[in-house]
Amino acid sequence: MIRLDHVTKTYPKASRPSLDDVSVAIEKGDFVFFIGPSGSGKSTIIKMLLREITPNRGKINVNGREISSMRSWKIPHFRRSIGCVFQDFRLLPNKTAYENVAFAIEVIGKSKAVARRVVPEVLELVGLGGKEHRYPHELSGGEQQRVAVARAFVNRPLILLADEPTGNLDPDTSIEIMRLLDRINRTGTTVVMVTHDSNIVNQMRRRVIEIEGGRIVRDQARGVYG
Amino acid sequence: MRAKYVLAEVLVGLWRNVTMTIAMMITMTVSLSMLGASLLMYLQVDKMKEFYYEQVEVSIYLKNDVTPEQRSDLENKLKADTLVERYIYETKEQAYENFKKMFGDAPDMVQSVGPNEMPESFRVKLKDPTQFEAIDTEYKELPGISTIVDQQQLLSKVFDVLGAIQSLSLIVAGVMGIAALLLVANTIQVAAYSKRREVAVMKLVGASNWFIQMPFVLEAVFAAVIGSLLAGIMLIVVKVFVLEGSLVALTNLLTPVSWPDVLLMFPILAGVGGLISAVTAWITLRFYIRV
Repeated sequence: MIRLDHVTKTYPKASRPSLDDVSVAIEKGDFVFFIGPSGSGKSTIIKMLLREITPNRGKINVNGREISSMRSWKIPHFRRSIGCVFQDFRLLPNKTAYENVAFAIEVIGKSKAVARRVVPEVLELVGLGGKEHRYPHELSGGEQQRVAVARAFVNRPLILLADEPTGNLDPDTSIEIMRLLDRINRTGTTVVMVTHDSNIVNQMRRRVIEIEGGRIVRDQARGVYG
Repeated sequence: MRAKYVLAEVLVGLWRNVTMTIAMMITMTVSLSMLGASLLMYLQVDKMKEFYYEQVEVSIYLKNDVTPEQRSDLENKLKADTLVERYIYETKEQAYENFKKMFGDAPDMVQSVGPNEMPESFRVKLKDPTQFEAIDTEYKELPGISTIVDQQQLLSKVFDVLGAIQSLSLIVAGVMGIAALLLVANTIQVAAYSKRREVAVMKLVGASNWFIQMPFVLEAVFAAVIGSLLAGIMLIVVKVFVLEGSLVALTNLLTPVSWPDVLLMFPILAGVGGLISAVTAWITLRFYIRV
């Protein structure tokens, strides 16, 4: 599903590479944590999987497509197969929960009728039934992140990327978000999550890939933060 | 849904930044009307050249003491000349009649001269109006000829003036055009900044580039089309109230600016304005909305 092949990325003007000859394979339906200290290169992986940046060397294969050499006009279509949530939610403040999710599918060309059918369904799935017409500032942090998860999942992506999704949430709320991601994972969606929340990693007992200084130092099935 | 979405985005975008939108439209109006004026002048000068060159003549004025032999020698030479298409002979009386007609509103002037003060002349129509030099050198030393006047040279001075006005309005159109394009670029930047969150989400979920950029580009095109409409209306106003109003005495001498030409300016200005601002907006977006 996702394969990084000897990937090296050095940002312009950086003295050392953010990722240094990293190779990793993630199968369909996997749930993977990338952990490591700040600046270790975890978020660089997310950006590469979204094709926001390209590696200097090496290959990245997602859903059977080589994305490091993908033409830029193909990128939008590629991104429709990937959902993404972030630490800062990135919701549109002047749209309600419903409108935020509907926006995501309407701008890729689906009709309002489709939105009316699938948006309430996915809001129900993330546990926001009854709060469709609240604005982000009327929702708690956990609820806002649920809207973001709903938006990422509404297109039924093959892969869900999560960049520190619990970074702004208290421990209890974090657990709830993790339960939600776990539920999504059980539908067959591959989940890749970057975090340094040791509690969560230890509770979930999923595959853990630890990165330090741009290199993989540990890759362990059913691992802990350690 | 898409057309409705894009249209709503365009109108909201223009309204959100309404002072800038108005500034953009005004500069476009001025620039495009100058462009339209100079295009019209270009068409006009062409038509006038055709019209007048058909009629220009070389006038060979004869001396007052010309002898009948000299006159008939000259006439025979003209008849044989391959450069000459046709010629007419104008007597002193005919010249006086023309003079009276031309200065009919200045009777003092007409009364101060009689037919005898008028020169007789040959009015020569050349096959090629630019061949004046050849005629001039051939005839000017002949006995009995006082002066040879090429009307084309008089006309070319008029055309020089028109050409200068045309260049001036092109320069104004260019300078205002640059100002208009900078305003378009600025408006698009402001619009892209105010919608940066939406744009970020659209990119994240995989909205196509044209879908993201279309509302911004159409904003610029919309302003340009409005500007070109106003510019076309300006041209009509100038035609009706200036060329056929206060300057009617001057414009009667020239061929009139025709309505089809003025109306032709609407699609041309809309096309030029729309295309150039669409390209400007699109280039601006390439810098502000990276994939």
